[in-house]
Amino acid sequence: MSKDRLTHPSQVAERVLRSAGRPCVAIVEETHEVDVRFANNTITTDGVRADRRVTAILTEPAGVPGGPGRAGVARRSGEVDVDELVAEAGAAAGTADDAAPLVVGDADADFDAAPALTGLDRLSPVVRSLAAAFSRARDARTVLSGFAEHSVTTTYLASSTGLRRRYVQPAGALQLVGRRDGASAWAGVGSADFVDVELEPLEEQVRRGLGWSARHVEVAPGRHEVLLPPGAVADLMIFLVDAASGRESEEGRTVFSKAGGATRVGEPLTPLGFDLWSDPEERGLECAPFLATSVSSADVSVFDNGLPLRRTDWLRAGRLERLRYHRAGAERSGTAAAAPAGNLSLALPGAAGTLEDLIAATERGLLLTCLWYIREVDPKTLLLTGLTRDGVYVVEDGEVVAATSNFRFNESPLDVLARSTHATSTARCYAREGGSWMNRTAMPALRVPDWNMSTVSQAV
Amino acid sequence: MDGPVDDDLLLAVTDAALDAASRAGASHAAVRVERVRTQIVVLRDGRLETAVDDTELGTGVQLVRSGSFGFAGSVFVDAPTAAQLVVEAAGAARVTAPARGQPVVLADEPSHGHVEWASPFRRDPVDVPLPDKVELLHDWSRRLMAAPGIDHVTAYVMAVHEDKYLADLSGTVARQRRVRIHPALEALSVSDAGDFEEMRTLAPPVGMGWEYLEGDGWDFDAELAQLPEHLAEKLRAPSVAAGTYDLVIDPTNLWLTIHESIGHATELDRAMGYEAAFAGTSFATPDGLGVLQYGSPAMQVVGDRTTEHGLATVAIDDEGVAAQSFDIVRDGVLSGYQLDRAIAASQGLGRSNGCAFADSPLHVPIQRMANVSLRPAPGEGPSTEELVAGVDRGIYVVGDKSWSIDMQRYNFQFTGQRFYAIRDGRLEGQVRDVAYQATTTEFWRGMEAVGGRGTYLLAGAFNCGKGQPEQVAAVSHGCPSVLVRAVRVLNTREEAGR
Repeated sequence: MSKDRLTHPSQVAERVLRSAGRPCVAIVEETHEVDVRFANNTITTDGVRADRRVTAILTEPAGVPGGPGRAGVARRSGEVDVDELVAEAGAAAGTADDAAPLVVGDADADFDAAPALTGLDRLSPVVRSLAAAFSRARDARTVLSGFAEHSVTTTYLASSTGLRRRYVQPAGALQLVGRRDGASAWAGVGSADFVDVELEPLEEQVRRGLGWSARHVEVAPGRHEVLLPPGAVADLMIFLVDAASGRESEEGRTVFSKAGGATRVGEPLTPLGFDLWSDPEERGLECAPFLATSVSSADVSVFDNGLPLRRTDWLRAGRLERLRYHRAGAERSGTAAAAPAGNLSLALPGAAGTLEDLIAATERGLLLTCLWYIREVDPKTLLLTGLTRDGVYVVEDGEVVAATSNFRFNESPLDVLARSTHATSTARCYAREGGSWMNRTAMPALRVPDWNMSTVSQAV
Repeated sequence: MDGPVDDDLLLAVTDAALDAASRAGASHAAVRVERVRTQIVVLRDGRLETAVDDTELGTGVQLVRSGSFGFAGSVFVDAPTAAQLVVEAAGAARVTAPARGQPVVLADEPSHGHVEWASPFRRDPVDVPLPDKVELLHDWSRRLMAAPGIDHVTAYVMAVHEDKYLADLSGTVARQRRVRIHPALEALSVSDAGDFEEMRTLAPPVGMGWEYLEGDGWDFDAELAQLPEHLAEKLRAPSVAAGTYDLVIDPTNLWLTIHESIGHATELDRAMGYEAAFAGTSFATPDGLGVLQYGSPAMQVVGDRTTEHGLATVAIDDEGVAAQSFDIVRDGVLSGYQLDRAIAASQGLGRSNGCAFADSPLHVPIQRMANVSLRPAPGEGPSTEELVAGVDRGIYVVGDKSWSIDMQRYNFQFTGQRFYAIRDGRLEGQVRDVAYQATTTEFWRGMEAVGGRGTYLLAGAFNCGKGQPEQVAAVSHGCPSVLVRAVRVLNTREEAGR
């Protein structure tokens, strides 16, 4: 991006507010992103991108809970004509069901600081390692594929009520897949700054998985004891929290609904006392401490932009603690607002050990690597379907003894938590499917005694 | 036709990018300037939930230098930026070159000179004022909410206006405009006991303008009038007995099965392992070309980027290749793949068939899906009722809902909006909790009959994902009703252990 010729994001935000001349929120998000993709032991694509999105949210009047507020949202990229943007937002304004007074607050001291940057140099060490890894892979008749990415998004949020917030969100990930002799293995890691990311540990994980696949045994579909690594648990918990809409639960259409418009808040859902929470200050998973959104939904509101985000417990000691509400919805329902944050953690207080300890304590079970193509089948039970991917291993008497085929599963993440018999300590992990939009997760590994493998998949 | 920005600026950007690329020694370079305007309006129970008007404008440069790809994109559109993007793209090509196993070679494509093309539409949906959009969705919502048993209604319309400009070193300069729209309503019915069912309209997304919502191509009035009764029947319907059934599948459901089990499976980049880390690979590997019995002899599948009102229809793809129509499955046998220029060259297949697409000026073009369609039976062909008449014990599947398929496109599971029991050749009313599960080739080999032209529908989706970073593409799939024998049907309540 020709950053020297672009108006500073904070100035753009101020111009939007001035142009609007009425209750308004301006959000400027500047993202710098680099990536390298590889497959078949060669780099295939690469990219350097610079993006800026400017959002104007006009409200009229200031918004009264339950009152006939109005909101209009327009978003453009690049160096925008602020007056045109504001005019579009005005034209898009309509009666808003989620109207609430705009959030009031102070100005961050660094609001006028420049956007943060990243560059290809961030990925260069991994790219250099790849050349050698490809050579080793060819020698071992292995084919490597994967993706390395790093981005930094700087968000500037300003409101006509005096709020000036700025946050720098770095995010990165490296994924590696190895394929050999009809078997595959995967390893992935999430990172904030990518400086802690090295290819070799992932290469070792992939090598270990392919080694386990040297022996293959057939396992029939059905209910099996399963060991879920933290990344697989993360993919399930992302779905669980996504379903935790307060309004939709009151409407009777989620797994958290009770007859008569009530919800299951307060109800014990898991015999083991799991905690499931989001916290912008979670160490190693830090994310924006305020809400910034350009789209209203059943439970997230553009009127709530700038709302401070703190730890929100979705489950506490196994009980459903909270559902997602915007402020207007929370007031209507007589509860507290709860907005989504950019991380998710699950823990069983007092749990210890690692996945390796779980394997060692397993008489017979299936160790999964990751889950894929997960989709909701039935919202009543939050039944999900999906596939195991890149390695299902047979564990006998505390050791991995062979690999078996992939399976299609049908399971509900809520039932999985409820039926889990053991959890390890919690560690940062990368969700194979959901990691691209929920980069920051920390989960335990779980033992599920009766996981429903619906059918065998021939896929590798 | 107007471009994404004014002509003088386009010319300046083109000259700056292509001159810089030539000086940098690029063997191939293309610059794209795109403006993509997306509007989303959502009403919940007749009240506006969200209205967003989003415009993305930017420049992307892709080049091949010393056998290595490089790409750079920016939301800034001017000549200095274009030249800078060439520097960044060349830098990316240089950084990644040492780890590149084989040099990039692109299949030849002649220059197409100056091309202007617009998808057919009468009223640009992004020009329809928001109050008009809200009024129509409100009226539709009100009609549904007035019906007995309807507790909640969500109404939605998404409209896209896409202006793409592409210029490459071969001399192709293309200006293209595509307009598409997708309206949908979903109704919820909750019983006193807390049981509930949802049902969504079947109207597919199309490459048309606002006229679609005014009844050109779909009878929304009729669908809205029937939906409450359909939903009430679904809520009181018996739960299906799991087992093996013959399925008559309506095109409102089958398009998605085609998308997942044929469309993605016949992308050659996947089949060659270039999506192994993300979207996956394919069972339909090139050694099966001309040999693999993909389905029954009734199966004729084409890839087509020229389909009228198709969501993947263009004149020139994002690598400068002219749109084409080509066989994918002929008489049940795998007969072709979807290609971009690099993958076509790598397999010695000659010219690309024009399946490159980037969803944003900030994204590199990758191989994306053409409109992949199943041909109806020749001549008049059977009606859906005639297909049903050929079933002793089966299920008629209508509308798409949940979908999932494995990473080699073998094993899939789909649900739908409505399922009707078939007994002795007649529909017997709805059943629920149905999912059908199969292996791709077994399913298509079991396709005993395809319906005639009268059953044919062009359906599709706006949200097909592929690539890293992930890109989203719109694509259409035309198909008739079909009869498929002996498909495994699951009871989703039982699957959930209930």
